[in-house]
Amino acid sequence: MTEQTPSDALHDPTTPDGSGREDYPAPGAGPDVLAALESYTLAVNGRDRDVTEAWLGESLLWVLRERLGLPGAKNACEQGECGSCSVLLDGRLVASCCVLAADAVGSQITTVEGLSGEGELSDVQRAFVEEGAVQCGFCTPGLVVAIHDVLHRNPRATELELREAISGDLCRCTGYGRIFAAVRRVQQERAHART
Amino acid sequence: MRISHPRTVEDAFDALDEMPDAQLLAGGTDFMVEVNFGHRRPPAVVGLRRVEELGGFELTDDEVVLRAALTWTEVETQLNDELPALAAAARTVGSPQMRNAGTVGGNLGTASPAGDSLPVLAAMDATVVLVSRGGERRLPLSAFITGVKRTAIRPGEIIREVRVPRLRGPQHFLKVGTRNAMVISIACASVVLDTEGRTVRCGLGAVAPTPIRAPEAESFIAGAIDWDGLRAPPEAVARFGELAVAAASPITDHRSTAEYRRHALKVITVRALQRSLAA
Repeated sequence: MTEQTPSDALHDPTTPDGSGREDYPAPGAGPDVLAALESYTLAVNGRDRDVTEAWLGESLLWVLRERLGLPGAKNACEQGECGSCSVLLDGRLVASCCVLAADAVGSQITTVEGLSGEGELSDVQRAFVEEGAVQCGFCTPGLVVAIHDVLHRNPRATELELREAISGDLCRCTGYGRIFAAVRRVQQERAHART
Repeated sequence: MRISHPRTVEDAFDALDEMPDAQLLAGGTDFMVEVNFGHRRPPAVVGLRRVEELGGFELTDDEVVLRAALTWTEVETQLNDELPALAAAARTVGSPQMRNAGTVGGNLGTASPAGDSLPVLAAMDATVVLVSRGGERRLPLSAFITGVKRTAIRPGEIIREVRVPRLRGPQHFLKVGTRNAMVISIACASVVLDTEGRTVRCGLGAVAPTPIRAPEAESFIAGAIDWDGLRAPPEAVARFGELAVAAASPITDHRSTAEYRRHALKVITVRALQRSLAA
């Protein structure tokens, strides 16, 4: 996957913040809240990205998707329960919906778009395709990031360790069998490459 | 800017002087949910995760000092030998994503009745250390948490650390929810045996407005245990569970009925005690 530049499809000029969400940051937005518009720079996938006049309360997930044109991280629960918005923050797996974007300044952010070279699939993504580990696909980016993370920390992770590692990533389609098959394929490929 | 990223506690005090209405932010796992759902609109934020003095932990002769920004992943992976019940509680906090972000200080600051670490810290007689320009205040956990999501923290104060006594003896934590991974407690409990002082400590979570102890259950079972063999008669163990339930005041809410909470609490307090005793 490649990092996209913000596209017109994501930018709605009819609303002040370009998000197309007229109620944002209302309801309840008083003058104090509207005054708290922040401009800052985030380091995303190795590039500095400017965020201008963002509301202070915006999550990293919102900023990635709606301001920076990186829709890989998905928005499902907005409460840290589903894992579909997983990214790496300074190398640590986190739910980007629970990260205040303005507090991520100075940290290295890696999204699913930044896991492989431009136009290429990572080995985890390729294994997902080959093993059919995708049905609706909504959870896939979060799972791919979580699996990159666990295999980086623990290349020989056992099935139990893998289950624990992806326990924060909900998939309601696959029953996880094909996902584990994809992980095992990556483990074998990487082990083979090491020898 | 209405957000500050201090690197020292002193800088954090400066930021609070400038923005007295600022929200203190640790891992964000509680705070951002409230913001995402429109329940909270922060006028200003002081993000504390870069403050080095707030990170890590320290062992003294008689205490484990857990700094406020210590994450649950760090507790889970680095404190299993020293504080096994707290490490077990850490392992049940949310998902790996939540444990990588969520902190000891954040759990205390949020003071949810279902905060996973809180029954353990209650059982351990932990002390919360608050710092401000005026100096420091040390409060026992029971004085720090004053109600549902309410604490004794004052404007200008920051949670620096929580100090946990080092005890000899088994320490257990158990939690019941709708599933094993990533769940908020229906009921949770910690049983800690101090084999030197020959006391039992029992902390309960999600069954009262704040984390509580079960003092009657504790003194009853301490008198019933054969401390040399670390054994207790089965009927005394069962009675311990009943007395623990009697200390609780659970409510019915969207997670559970009060009746089920009482049932679950009896099961887990008895089981945690059984695991603490010799087979």
